[in-house]
Amino acid sequence: MPSRTGSHSPTGIGKSLPERGLLLLMVLVLLEGSVIPLGAASSPDTGHQKNVDNHKAEGEKNHTKKAFPVLDLDYRHIQTPFEISLWVLLASVMKLGFHMIPRLPGIVPESCLLITVGLLVGGLIKLAGEKVPPVLDSQLFFLCLLPPIILDAGYFLPIRPFMENLGTILMFAVVGTLWNAFFIGGLLYAVCQIQPANPNELHQLEILPCLLFGSIISAVDPVAVLAVFEEIHINELLHILVFGESLLNDAVTVVLYHLFEEYSAAGTVTVLDGFLGIISFLVVSLGGILVGAIYGILAAFTSRFTSHTRVIEPLFVFVYSYMAYLSAEMFHLSGIMALIACGAVMRPYVEANISHKSHTTIKYFLKMWSSVSETLIFIFLGVATVDGPHHWNWTFVTVTVILCLVSRVIGVVGLTCVINKFRIVKLTTKDQFIVAYGGMRGAIAFSLGFLLKKEEFPMREMFLTAIITVIFFTVFVQGMTIKPLVELLAVKKKQEAKRSINEEIHTQFLDHLLTGIEDICGHYGHHHWKDKLNRFNKKYVKKCLIAGERSKEPQLIAFYHKMEMKQAIDLVESGGGVNLPSAVPSTVSMQNIQPKKPPPAKPVEKALPKMTKGREEEIRQILRSNLQKTRQRLRSYNRHTLVADPYEDGFSELLIKKQKMIALEKKIKDMNYYLTVPAAPPDSPTMCRARLASDPQSYSSKPAMDRVPTIQVDLASPQSPDSVNLMDEFRRADQQEEDQGLTMKAPSGQSGFNRPGEADRGREQQKLTRCLSDPGPSADEEEEEEPFLP
Amino acid sequence: MGASQTRTEKYQDLADKTGFSLEQIENLHKRFQRLSDNEETISREQLDSIPSLANNPIRKQIIEAFFDKRNQHQNEVGSCEEIGFEQFLMVMSHFRPPSLKTTEEEKEAMRKEKLHFLFNMHDTDNDGTITLVEYRKVVEELLSKSGDIEQETVKAIADAAMLEVASTNVPHMAPDEFYEGITFEHFQQILKGLEMETRMHIRFLDVDTPTLRCGKSSS
Repeated sequence: MPSRTGSHSPTGIGKSLPERGLLLLMVLVLLEGSVIPLGAASSPDTGHQKNVDNHKAEGEKNHTKKAFPVLDLDYRHIQTPFEISLWVLLASVMKLGFHMIPRLPGIVPESCLLITVGLLVGGLIKLAGEKVPPVLDSQLFFLCLLPPIILDAGYFLPIRPFMENLGTILMFAVVGTLWNAFFIGGLLYAVCQIQPANPNELHQLEILPCLLFGSIISAVDPVAVLAVFEEIHINELLHILVFGESLLNDAVTVVLYHLFEEYSAAGTVTVLDGFLGIISFLVVSLGGILVGAIYGILAAFTSRFTSHTRVIEPLFVFVYSYMAYLSAEMFHLSGIMALIACGAVMRPYVEANISHKSHTTIKYFLKMWSSVSETLIFIFLGVATVDGPHHWNWTFVTVTVILCLVSRVIGVVGLTCVINKFRIVKLTTKDQFIVAYGGMRGAIAFSLGFLLKKEEFPMREMFLTAIITVIFFTVFVQGMTIKPLVELLAVKKKQEAKRSINEEIHTQFLDHLLTGIEDICGHYGHHHWKDKLNRFNKKYVKKCLIAGERSKEPQLIAFYHKMEMKQAIDLVESGGGVNLPSAVPSTVSMQNIQPKKPPPAKPVEKALPKMTKGREEEIRQILRSNLQKTRQRLRSYNRHTLVADPYEDGFSELLIKKQKMIALEKKIKDMNYYLTVPAAPPDSPTMCRARLASDPQSYSSKPAMDRVPTIQVDLASPQSPDSVNLMDEFRRADQQEEDQGLTMKAPSGQSGFNRPGEADRGREQQKLTRCLSDPGPSADEEEEEEPFLP
Repeated sequence: MGASQTRTEKYQDLADKTGFSLEQIENLHKRFQRLSDNEETISREQLDSIPSLANNPIRKQIIEAFFDKRNQHQNEVGSCEEIGFEQFLMVMSHFRPPSLKTTEEEKEAMRKEKLHFLFNMHDTDNDGTITLVEYRKVVEELLSKSGDIEQETVKAIADAAMLEVASTNVPHMAPDEFYEGITFEHFQQILKGLEMETRMHIRFLDVDTPTLRCGKSSS
């Protein structure tokens, strides 16, 4: 490609990358296609063992001497792990490849592309004449592929919107799924029976297998929903409705499936069985939640003691959750609900206990595993489709597809009429349409169908074909068209705005206000109970499950520190003005809002109060606790974006500096204030930031420069903590072209300190200058030595 | 009886003014009578004595809001010593939810009304702005039931919040300008994302609320 590689324009480079990506994809697909048959063709391990034994025996008998093999090929030895790794590698490279192709991710959702790839690979394998490995084997699927996705969903579930809409979600999940199952099953049976004249294979279909089929196909699939909804960025309410429904309908599916499967052989279902089924449903769902909650509390409790072995903290989270899933599955309870309950219950406590690094690890591992899992599931769907066996029956399949759509629409509309009577924020027609359209089926349905035994269900293949067709239809047709439809209908999208401190204050204020009004009304509404739960939580539960001081920290303060931290992180990370989150460049700073104070009448020569140890410890504690807290309120749930975390090392240094600055601010509070000259020329924030990022060593080398005249150059009240300075720097930087980036090297620490006496520099800079160069009496050395992070 | 006739008329009148339904007014009246010991008016002490309010950190502000004349839509300022049932209802009417039939303008008006209620709660000296001192008080009260809180932290939070309001609404201020306080417009701006009309409501003891009225008495 001489012409392309020659150009240096961005478009030229862009074109060659996707090309290379595609090339790589093709190579890998071919490799996959050729290796799997190779592996499958070789004799199984046991045979290998016998051969070896025979050889040994023979060797001993014959004593023939062969030349010592210098290089040997033994594929069978590593076959299984190698194939698994190859599949995972394929999945990951696919993901990479798709995002490199310029316009494709916008039009076609990833799930469609992955299924296509699966079809290709399956086709290649079949072409090679080999047997396709049973990849969507139910053991593999239910025990290995599904749990990471569900755990990821449960752990990062936005609790507040979920709880607020719980009634609606349950209605859709339980009643909606039941309606779907019976409607589809019943009507399918009716349709199958309608041609008495021509003997049709469909006539063999009894009512119970039909109902079973209905129950398999009626459940909305969380994997498919997640995959598609993540890309359309729809508003929080709709997202949580559809997603919550897909998670909670597992209990219904499990019960119906077992019920009908059990009795299909018998041929009849009595009222007693129905009654038992209802009880079973309650047991399955509540039991699953209970099991999950127990494991969640165990995990939270365990994490309380991990302060000395931080490295294995993430392991507890994963293992306890997985065990919750397996335990629930053992009793045929709803594993999905157990996993969700476990993740949701343990999260607030675990996050208060674990270190910042562990938190990042958990986040990244969960996202990684769930991502790979999802990719694999879709690829396997493609492969399994090629595998078959298929039995195509026009009537059955088309009727199924139509019925699925129709029943979903009727179900959603009907339920919404009922639900809207009880909701404050009613669901509009647009909302209903999106909820109905977002009801996708996925791999769970296929696996459940796969589990059916051929002997009991002669029509199994027909079922499978129909299931696959419905899955393809929902994923391809609905998946591809939902994005343009959302645009067309102007459905409210998810709000991108960051959570501001004002909103947080007022959210809390509102909570208390509404609780108070409810108390005055004498009406025990859900604010009242929520408040009670919070108080119970604070009083008893947190004390047990959270280690040390964190158990008493109120939410507002935690949020504020979190926000400060986040801005500090952003500052360090962006290193320039490019990606600053604050949209509005502003010159407003603290002195604009502080009331002007007249210079105090006291003499200047007042001894600076030394900061007490207790206060230092408090500050250190507050700052340390910031590292362990994370965002609790996720506005939107997206698999692919994570808050970027800086390296822990640079981060800790930043915090040490912050701590110092706060200490210093307190000390200089009693000094003279008077106004100074107007704002500084543009490059000062860079210098400030660079200084900010410099090594702490630069501090200790400066003790001689302590009392340098900076003190003379004053400015207005520095009562605010540093975060405000940072926020300010941030905003200022927006105005300027920042291509200097942040240097983490030790550097301009020197030049910064050499500027103390410049009275014509900006306020902020002076503030920082003074802070940095005035560490105070002997507090500095002590602070340096103490390790900051546990 | 003649008394019940006039009562229904009175209720109807109140229903028109506040937008509640007759049953809701009836329920609230019963509650009012229980709170006031069957008197005509309620005083602060009587509201204070509600046991479940004891744990609420902003209890004082809530009670004060009932006695604040600004929440009565009469364009008066100041506060009363005691309130009657009508004033009680007027304050409660701020917490009604929108219905399916509420139009966009009505929703806007509702949001503004609710935000104004909040604003009045913060602006304790009736000067039309929330100053830094008042805001600090708000944060302090919010955190009052959460154990021992450092004064510095409270100040820091309030300052940061104020800064945020200032920088969002008045992006370019010279260093020596002074931001007086949060005006109502700025307050509206900063809380735009919270969608007050859907959040600030409680469920009154009746299933159906009638078509919304903005609750302005002089209409």
